[in-house]
Amino acid sequence: MAKIEFRHVSKRFGAVEVIPDMDLVIEDGEFAALLGPSGCGKSTSLFMLAGIYLPSGGELLFDGHLVNEVEARDRNVGIVFQSYALYPHMSVRDNILFPLRFKKTPRDEALARVKAAADLVRVTELLDRRPSELSGGQQQRVALARALVKKPQLLLLDEPLSNLDASLRLSMRTEIKSLHEQLGVTTVLVTHDQIEATTMADRIICMRAGRIEQVGTPDDLYLRPSSLFVAGFIGSPPINLVAGKAEGGTFTADGTRFPVVGASGEITVGLRPEHLRFGEAGFAGRITQIEPMGREILYVVETGMGAVRVLEQGSFVGHTIGEQVKVAFRPENSLVFETKRQKLIVGAHVRTPA
Amino acid sequence: MVASLRGVSQTMATIADELIERRGHAASATRRRTNFVIFLGPAIVLTVLFFIVPVIIDIAVSFTDLGRSLRITAFTTEQYEKVFRTDRRLTQVIGLTFVYVFGTLAIFNVTFGLILAITTTAIRNVSGSFFRGVWLLPRMSPSVLYILLWLWAVSPTEAGLVNQVLMQAFGLDAPLDLLTSAPIALIIISNGFIGASMGMIIFTAAIRGIPEHLFHAAAVDGAGTFATIRFITLPALRWPISFVTIYQTLSLLVSFEYILLLTKGGPFYDTTVYALYVYRRAFESGQYAYGAALALFLIVIGMVVALIGWRFFDMERLLQRPRIEVH
Ligand SMILES: Nc1ncnc2c1ncn2[C@@H]1O[C@H](COP(=O)(O)OP(=O)(O)OP(=O)(O)O)[C@@H](O)[C@H]1O
Ligand SMILES: [Mg+2]
Repeated sequence: MAKIEFRHVSKRFGAVEVIPDMDLVIEDGEFAALLGPSGCGKSTSLFMLAGIYLPSGGELLFDGHLVNEVEARDRNVGIVFQSYALYPHMSVRDNILFPLRFKKTPRDEALARVKAAADLVRVTELLDRRPSELSGGQQQRVALARALVKKPQLLLLDEPLSNLDASLRLSMRTEIKSLHEQLGVTTVLVTHDQIEATTMADRIICMRAGRIEQVGTPDDLYLRPSSLFVAGFIGSPPINLVAGKAEGGTFTADGTRFPVVGASGEITVGLRPEHLRFGEAGFAGRITQIEPMGREILYVVETGMGAVRVLEQGSFVGHTIGEQVKVAFRPENSLVFETKRQKLIVGAHVRTPA
Repeated sequence: MVASLRGVSQTMATIADELIERRGHAASATRRRTNFVIFLGPAIVLTVLFFIVPVIIDIAVSFTDLGRSLRITAFTTEQYEKVFRTDRRLTQVIGLTFVYVFGTLAIFNVTFGLILAITTTAIRNVSGSFFRGVWLLPRMSPSVLYILLWLWAVSPTEAGLVNQVLMQAFGLDAPLDLLTSAPIALIIISNGFIGASMGMIIFTAAIRGIPEHLFHAAAVDGAGTFATIRFITLPALRWPISFVTIYQTLSLLVSFEYILLLTKGGPFYDTTVYALYVYRRAFESGQYAYGAALALFLIVIGMVVALIGWRFFDMERLLQRPRIEVH
C-alpha cells in the first residue's frame, strides 16, 4: 500500500503541455477518483503513476520515495485499461499469470495466486478461454484479476466501467468498491462520469484542462463546489446557473429580483434542480417539458431568466405542460459565484423572491 | 468461331448460375448472368490466357522431343525418364535449391526482416522511416544495376569494395575471389538484401497495428524488451510471418534473375538453382522439351510446398479469425 504525492508535476508531449503543474496527495489505502471531461489529462496523470509516461517536471513520490525515473515494472502497480488490454493470444489463465512470470514466483504458488485472483472476481470457470470468447464484463473482471494478482501497492483504474451496459456498470461499481474495502489497496479511478466518482470514491479530484479544480469528498463537491466548473460538472441533471447583478441586497437577473446576502457585483447563482420545488410563492414560469425519470420527474420551466430545470421526487406527474407555476427554494441550498473569477462566494445566499 | 464464343459464354453463365445460386431470385437471371460476364469475364479470360494455357502448352511440349531444331518428331515420355532416372545433376540442383531457399528465408526474408521491423518501430519515427527507406533501396533499384554494384563489390581484384576493405583495414595480402570461393553465400546475401524489405514492410505494418495499450500493459506487468517482443509482438505477427514465409518460398523457388546476372549459375553448376537449371537446359542447351518437363515438376513442387506451408502454419484458421482482437 502506498501514499501517493504529486509535487509540481508537469507533463508535455512535444510542444503540448497537458499537465502544467499538479499538486496532489492521495493517502494510503484511499479510494480516489480523477474526474473531468474528455481530454483533461486524467489518463495522462494515471499513466504517470503507472510509469508508462515519465513526468516532464516536478516530483512524483510513493511513500515519500521519488519514483520519477522508476520504470513501470519496478513500481508494483496494477492497472486496468479502458480497453482492458488483455493479451489476445493468451488464455485467461495466462493473462492473469503474466505479471507473476517476471516476479520469479514459484509455479505452484503462482497458479494458486491466479486461482485466488480469479475467485475474487469470479472468473474461475473462464480460465481456459481466450479474451475474444468473453463478454465485456467478463473481460473487465479478468483485467481486474490481472491487476490484482501481483498484490500491487497501487491499483489504477482507467474508466473501467465505460464499456459496460448500464446494469452491469451498477453491479461492477459495487463490486469494485467492496473489493477495495476488502483489500485496502490505494486505488485511483479515472472517470468522466460524476455518478461513478461520487458513488465509489472517498475523495474526488476534479480536473479541468490539466489543472485540478477541486479536491474533496463527494459531499464537498456537491454542497460546496469551489467553482462554476465543478458545480456544473457534479450533479445530474445539471445545476441551473443564472447570471445577473447584485446591488444593495438585491440580485437581479433578467428582471427577476431575489434578495441576496453576502455578495455584490456580477454574480452567478447556482440552483440544483433537486433543490427547487413548486409552491405558492417564488419566481414565475411556465412548464414547457416533462420528463418522467422513474422515481423522479424533471420539469423544464420557461422563466424570465431562461429555462430552469426542476426535479420533483416521486413518480406522480402533478403538473401539465403549459401550466403557470411558481418556483421556490431554501436559501441555504443556493450557491453564489463571482461571475468573473467563476469562484464560489462562501457564505453568500439568495432567497426565493417574495 | 461464333459458335465457340457462344459456347464459352454459356459455360460462364452456367458457372455464374452455380456461384449465385444461393442469392435468392429477386433480380432476373439474365441480368445477373450479364453482370457476371461483364465483371468477371475479363479476369477469367486473362487467367486462362496467361496461367492455364501456358501450363497446357508446357505439359504438351514436355511429352515431345522438341529440341534445338524446333521440330517435333515424336511424342514420348523420355523427358520424364530423364527427370526421374538419368539426370544425375538434378539431385545436386535440388539440394542447392533447398539450401538457397531456406537459407535466404531463414536468415534474411523472415529473421532479418523481423529484426528490421522491430528495431525501426522501436526507435523514433523519423529515424525508423529513414532506415526502412535505406533497406527498400535495393528493391527499388533496377536488378541489373543492383547486380552490377555487387559485381564491383565482390570483384576479385584489388578494386573490389570487399577486397579494398579487407586489404586496407584488415591487412589482407591477396585479394579474395568470392565469386569462386563463396558463391552460394553470395547469392543468398544478394537476394536476401532485397527480400528482407518485403518482410520488413509487412511486419512493420503489423506491429503498428498492435494496440498500444498491450505494450503499456506488458510494461506495467513487468515485461522487459525481450519479453515484450516474445509475448506481445511475435504472437501478433504470427499471421504475417506465415504469409511472408509461404509467399517468399514460392517466389524464391521460381525466380533466378539475380543469380543469372551475378554468377550465371556458376562456377560450373555450383549456384544453379532449380529455376535457373530449367532455364539453362531449355535455352542454353536447347532441350526445350526437357525444360518443359522440369518446369512442370517445379510447378508441382511449388504446389506441394504451398500446401505444406498452409497446413504447417494453420493458415486456414488464421485467415478466418481476426488477426488482432481489439475490444
Ligand atoms: N501521446 C500523446 N501525445 C500527444 N498528446 C497527447 C498524448 N496523450 C495524450 N495527449 C493529449 O493530452 C490531453 C489529455 O489526454 P488524456 O488521455 O490524459 O485525456 P483524458 O482526460 O484521459 O480523456 P478521456 O476521458 O477522453 O480519456 C489530450 O488533449 C490529448 O490530446
Ligand atoms: Mg483517458
